[in-house]
Amino acid sequence: MTTMETSGKGRGPVGDASSAGLRPASPDIMAARRQDQRRKWTEIALFTSPALLLFALFVVFPVISAARYSLYKWNGVKAFSEAEFIGFENYARALWGGNDPATQGAFRSAYTEPFWQAMGHNLLIIVASMAIQLPLALLIALVLNRKFPGRSIVRVIIFAPYVISEVIAGVMWFIIFDPNGIATQFVESIGLHPPEGGWFESQQWGIWTVFFIVTWKYLGLAIILFLAGLSGVSQELQEAAAIDGASWWQIQRRINIPLIGPTIRIWVFLSLIGSIQLFDMVWVLNRGGTQGQYATIATFMMQYGFLRKDVGFGSAVAVIMFLISLLVAIGYMLTVLRRDNDNSELAR
Amino acid sequence: MAHMRRMAAFAAIAASTALVLAACSEPSDDPTGGPTTGANDEPVTLTWWHNGVAGDSGENTLGDYWDKVAADFMAEHTNVTIEIEQIQNEDLQRTRIPTALQSGDAPDIFQQWGGGEMAAQAEAGYLMDLSDTLSDTISTLGGAVGPWQSDGKTYGLPFQFAVEGIWYRKSLFEQAGITAEPTTMDELGAAVEALKAANITPIAVGAADKWPSAHWWYNFALQACSQDTIKNMGSFDFTDPCFVQAGEDLEAFLATEPFQADFTSTVAQTGATSSAGMVANGNAAMELMGQWNYFVYQGFTDGSDEAIQALLDDLDWFPMPGVGGGAGDPTAALGGGDGFSCYVDAPAVCADFLAYIASDDVQRGFAETVGGLPVNPNATDAVSSPVNQEIAQAASNAAYVQLWLDTDLGPNVGGALNDGIATIFGGTGTAQNPVDAMVAAAATE
Repeated sequence: MTTMETSGKGRGPVGDASSAGLRPASPDIMAARRQDQRRKWTEIALFTSPALLLFALFVVFPVISAARYSLYKWNGVKAFSEAEFIGFENYARALWGGNDPATQGAFRSAYTEPFWQAMGHNLLIIVASMAIQLPLALLIALVLNRKFPGRSIVRVIIFAPYVISEVIAGVMWFIIFDPNGIATQFVESIGLHPPEGGWFESQQWGIWTVFFIVTWKYLGLAIILFLAGLSGVSQELQEAAAIDGASWWQIQRRINIPLIGPTIRIWVFLSLIGSIQLFDMVWVLNRGGTQGQYATIATFMMQYGFLRKDVGFGSAVAVIMFLISLLVAIGYMLTVLRRDNDNSELAR
Repeated sequence: MAHMRRMAAFAAIAASTALVLAACSEPSDDPTGGPTTGANDEPVTLTWWHNGVAGDSGENTLGDYWDKVAADFMAEHTNVTIEIEQIQNEDLQRTRIPTALQSGDAPDIFQQWGGGEMAAQAEAGYLMDLSDTLSDTISTLGGAVGPWQSDGKTYGLPFQFAVEGIWYRKSLFEQAGITAEPTTMDELGAAVEALKAANITPIAVGAADKWPSAHWWYNFALQACSQDTIKNMGSFDFTDPCFVQAGEDLEAFLATEPFQADFTSTVAQTGATSSAGMVANGNAAMELMGQWNYFVYQGFTDGSDEAIQALLDDLDWFPMPGVGGGAGDPTAALGGGDGFSCYVDAPAVCADFLAYIASDDVQRGFAETVGGLPVNPNATDAVSSPVNQEIAQAASNAAYVQLWLDTDLGPNVGGALNDGIATIFGGTGTAQNPVDAMVAAAATE
């Protein structure tokens, strides 16, 4: 860093250099530098413009469009110019049943309840990921973080589910958890009763069955990330601690886990966003259930907005989802991840 | 070197600009792209999207038949070229047609299921009004055209239409000692008990797909509500208490446990554990389904002529029994069909082609080759299988035939209705739920 700073100062305003009594830069060099600067900015503009254009076209524009659609009563079939402007009514219908007393009861039962049911499922997946997946993945990573025969095979096996496409995984688990499937037979063979109505359709177990599959699918990513983090932890620290008489657990607790903190925090961030946007697999698993037993906010949006062709309402749900993701992302960046960024600046 | 970098930068921005421009450019309003007369010898191309795709066995009877129909038409009209695209049913209905219509670059002829979805397309101005040009064909087909009409205008022509009823396995009925087809709900209840006593699953329902279970509610509603009340559903009037009554009748029927175990986890058509698979494999005695299950059941055999014949010999059909005591006519029936619409800007010859599809000969060929039920009365003599003849007979015996309620109401209110009914099947909802769902969805229309 010190060398960087020195060279940085060296690039300071030319006038300073001359006033400090240093040899003034010749006009030739100044012109060359100006040209250099100009070329740098031209290149930045040229090279980022394709990405910025695409970002504007495929990210910014759709978000603005969705926000606009969400204020209208629009079925996506007729021309949008003929759609009726209804303000924030679509949001109100999702959140509390709308503002029209005549239909509020109907909206509460048919729209608001399923909406909050789906939101609850997302929240449950988030909490369960932190409470179950995180400790589990950490434990497995710590155990695997040593040399033993067949280590690479074990790692491949653990990571394999993550590589399988969500759709294929969904179809596979749908067959396994069929009321006549392997899971049912297994549970019966050990003397337990499988959930009534089927695994997914069960009011009580549906969302937990999905959580089980999500854990199977994404645990490997967490473990591989943590293992990568652990491989960066200095061997000498661990050996020094061992010489001082620290037990295996003390080494993990005091050295390894704190040192892979940044990796854990990044995983938490990815997991949060992934849980909020959970869609593909749930959709393949019969679209969140016949009564939304394991619907997420994304499948709710798809069902109400796209299948039913109520694009205005679907857009409102999409905007709600976008705002939640944005707030979570910004909040997490500003609080938790800022520490890591500050630390990395200190490290420099 | 710097020069080369600048060149690269320039190339990059040029490429990205081209990309963006390509993505933004919309089909231009070419004045020559509008309606053409199609008359005389001016070359005309018709694009045609239909749902006749190959099944698991690789056979595509319907698609092959449409190829032949198009070829015959082109032979008669040498200036016409028909370009066909075969698209899977759900993709076609939910994704391809809506986006094509939105983009303004729609196929000239496309599959049309009628009802509320068609009405929305017509209202948006996407469909050709066929009322005057095809008035002769429309009067030949008669009442079957109803679902393809909106506000007194005809926006499509059906090529097949059939009522639904209960498919059953004769051998399982015999095993349970049932000697006659049930004609009332009491008799159906007795048959259910007899089958259960013989350790046979009485009725299979693919409730995981929602619509198969919804059809039970539709039938109860048809019995509980007068024809006028059912008709008024189209104008989103759900105030009549008969709709709640239909839900209560359904609850009472569910309480007799007529369906297979875990029925909300059962799909309708995919795999041996589906409701159709259960009936085809003799694991359930009955199923309430449309005429298409005649083909779906055959798909569960090994495909050999003997296996198909053995199945068809044991398969029979009876109309949905009347509940009695309601405002509806006990013989009212539910049905649905398939048809085609012309895009509003399609060449005029498109209408001629629709009329050709509905003509006596093509309809007769449809019944003979594909095994479907034609809508043209002059072609009914070509229906050969006894079950299909029975289904055709039931349609003519019915007091009136009501289009599937979800199709009739359109994807929004119809979808909401099905979701509301699913909560009754799941045991969490009340008879009020389907009505609430319809009222709420109707307010968003």
